[in-house]
Amino acid sequence: MATTAFEPLISAAWGKPNSWKLDEYKKRGGYKGLEKALEMAPAQIIDEVKKSNLRGRGGAGFPTGLKWSFVPKDSPKPKYLAVNGDESEPGTFKDRYILEHDPHMMLEGIAIASYALGVHTCYVYLRGEFKFQAERTNAAIREAYAAGIFGKKVLGKDFQLDCYVVRGAGAYICGEETALLESLEGKKGWPRLKPPFPAVVGLFGCPTVVNNVETLASVPHVFTRGPGWYAGLGTDKSGGTRLVCLSGTVNRPGVYEVPLEATFNQLIFDDKYGRGLPAGRKVKAVIPGGSSAPILSPDELDVAMEFEAVKVKQTMAGSGGVIVMDDTTCMVRSLWRVARFYAEESCGQCTPCREGTPWQTRLLRKIEEGRGEPGDVEILSNVASSIAPYPPIGLGNTICALGDAAALPTHSFLMRFRDEFEAHIREHRCPFGDKPWGAFGDWS
Amino acid sequence: MLTTKPFETYEAPAMAEPLFTPEEQKKFDAEIAEILSHYPADRKSAAMLPALRLLQELKGWLPPEGLKLVASRLGVTPERAYEVASFYVMYHLKKPGKYVVDVCTNLSCALWGAEKMLAYLEQKLGLKAGEANERFTLRETECLASCGTAPCLQINEDHHESLTKAKVDAIFDKLS
Ligand SMILES: Cc1cc2nc3c(=O)[nH]c(=O)nc-3n(C[C@H](O)[C@H](O)[C@H](O)COP(=O)(O)O)c2cc1C
Ligand code: SF4
Ligand code: FES
Repeated sequence: MATTAFEPLISAAWGKPNSWKLDEYKKRGGYKGLEKALEMAPAQIIDEVKKSNLRGRGGAGFPTGLKWSFVPKDSPKPKYLAVNGDESEPGTFKDRYILEHDPHMMLEGIAIASYALGVHTCYVYLRGEFKFQAERTNAAIREAYAAGIFGKKVLGKDFQLDCYVVRGAGAYICGEETALLESLEGKKGWPRLKPPFPAVVGLFGCPTVVNNVETLASVPHVFTRGPGWYAGLGTDKSGGTRLVCLSGTVNRPGVYEVPLEATFNQLIFDDKYGRGLPAGRKVKAVIPGGSSAPILSPDELDVAMEFEAVKVKQTMAGSGGVIVMDDTTCMVRSLWRVARFYAEESCGQCTPCREGTPWQTRLLRKIEEGRGEPGDVEILSNVASSIAPYPPIGLGNTICALGDAAALPTHSFLMRFRDEFEAHIREHRCPFGDKPWGAFGDWS
Repeated sequence: MLTTKPFETYEAPAMAEPLFTPEEQKKFDAEIAEILSHYPADRKSAAMLPALRLLQELKGWLPPEGLKLVASRLGVTPERAYEVASFYVMYHLKKPGKYVVDVCTNLSCALWGAEKMLAYLEQKLGLKAGEANERFTLRETECLASCGTAPCLQINEDHHESLTKAKVDAIFDKLS
């Protein structure tokens, strides 16, 4: 990690006047990365991205250059790029800021990726609720067409590229990459069995790369400043900077761009970021990467918010959604709400997830409402294990990782706060009474 | 491989009133053509989500005749259109209130008082979450990507965040 002052890449222009407009983006050096990439051979571009150690920001942290290299070069079929802007994992709210404040950064990444992959059609899939963000993105796309960045030629190069925004219609599961492809094909969002992976059989049966909004917005920086520089900003296995979303019981929630070596403690307590908890309150638990990620205890927060470091703790950096709960928050109530989300959003395709997610929810409600019986915690733990045992992460018995996402919180809450669940059952009530939501749970 | 029967073989029942006014029909035709141009010619059915959205923008919901029309334009059965429409929560298969109010009660918002805000709205609108009258449909919804500016809600897809009681009152006072 460089010793010089930290320089934000993705969020540098947020909040500046007209930061979303093409001319402002160009004034900041925008589309220079594309110019450089267009001078290279496609294979070289993929190599540069590999060298940059850029890893996907959508959740799994998959190396981006490697993913691109899986697309068959000799396929006679058209190839597609699908941008994942579904952003629905609870606690995650970073991609919307890119779309609102600097959509051209993502569009430049799209153009570079498309040229490298031989893609002539790109679909930007945004969650249905992103009406304003879709308008912003569409306006930026229109500017890009008018400026000869998209269309019959890309910056004068004999390469056609079309780009369209498609809005979802309210389904978390469509963030899962194969469900997203089904949805783009005009169907309900039922994830597909993998393999085959989308890079080989994706949209309309053709090779397709699915990348997150932030991943693509990171791509131009690899080319403007060089892959070595980009890799050097990060850790051994993970290049660049990343956006993290801080929410829950902290004084200053928000999206912050951080160096990959920054720790959860820094994010929560540093003056630049979260500025700590309200007076007198202590951290009880932290969700490190979207609500599906197993929680961390207060003594585990000196870990860097980087994929590998977080993995050592048997949890995940995931989508960058960090949710803080203070010592007056009820863990049963919190887990119940999280469980309800996954039950609501299960697509219903496989039995452990379809049946297990509502079962978890019913048990948690029963315990929280003081109707729990001895043995309920064991049943809950068994139900979660039948969806996906833990640890480690990734043992799910289901078609897609929503099953894991639903079971992991249950496992991790029970591992750390079993006593609190037992107390609910013993006392036949919630020990937090009608104040289960911590220091900011009141509203006025 | 399964093939679907083209819709042309179905006969839509006669309607009491036409689905669209002439202006709506013009808008629908023009925008459907634009949407279809985004997809390969042999993949018209891919346009299902945007086509349903267009129908809902024009009618406020997805009436059965509309679903049939969309299906016929996309070359699929009405069942297929219904299947998609019923999967996604933003599509209304029943006519909702004039204002659809979606309140996020997921974890980050709950930690900033979303349940209290919902209770306030239930009382203010005289509806329980999940109920509707002519003017309002009130629903609990899942995370809206405003966790850092909680609590939040959407009214007919317009987004409002960092809400206080005073802000909520001001927003609802402005509704016609
Ligand atoms: C249930 C589920 C929901 C997901 N939701 C999102 C999402 O909203 N946005 C996203 O970018 N990735 C999401 N993902 C991850 C995608 O499947 C995929 O890994 C990602 O879009 C790949 O892009 P990346 O390599 O650039 O990270 C989700 C995965 C699962 C299993
Ligand atoms: S794990 Fe759940 S969401 Fe994923 S395919 Fe199976 S039922 Fe659907
Ligand atoms: S939890 Fe309410 S917007 Fe994310």
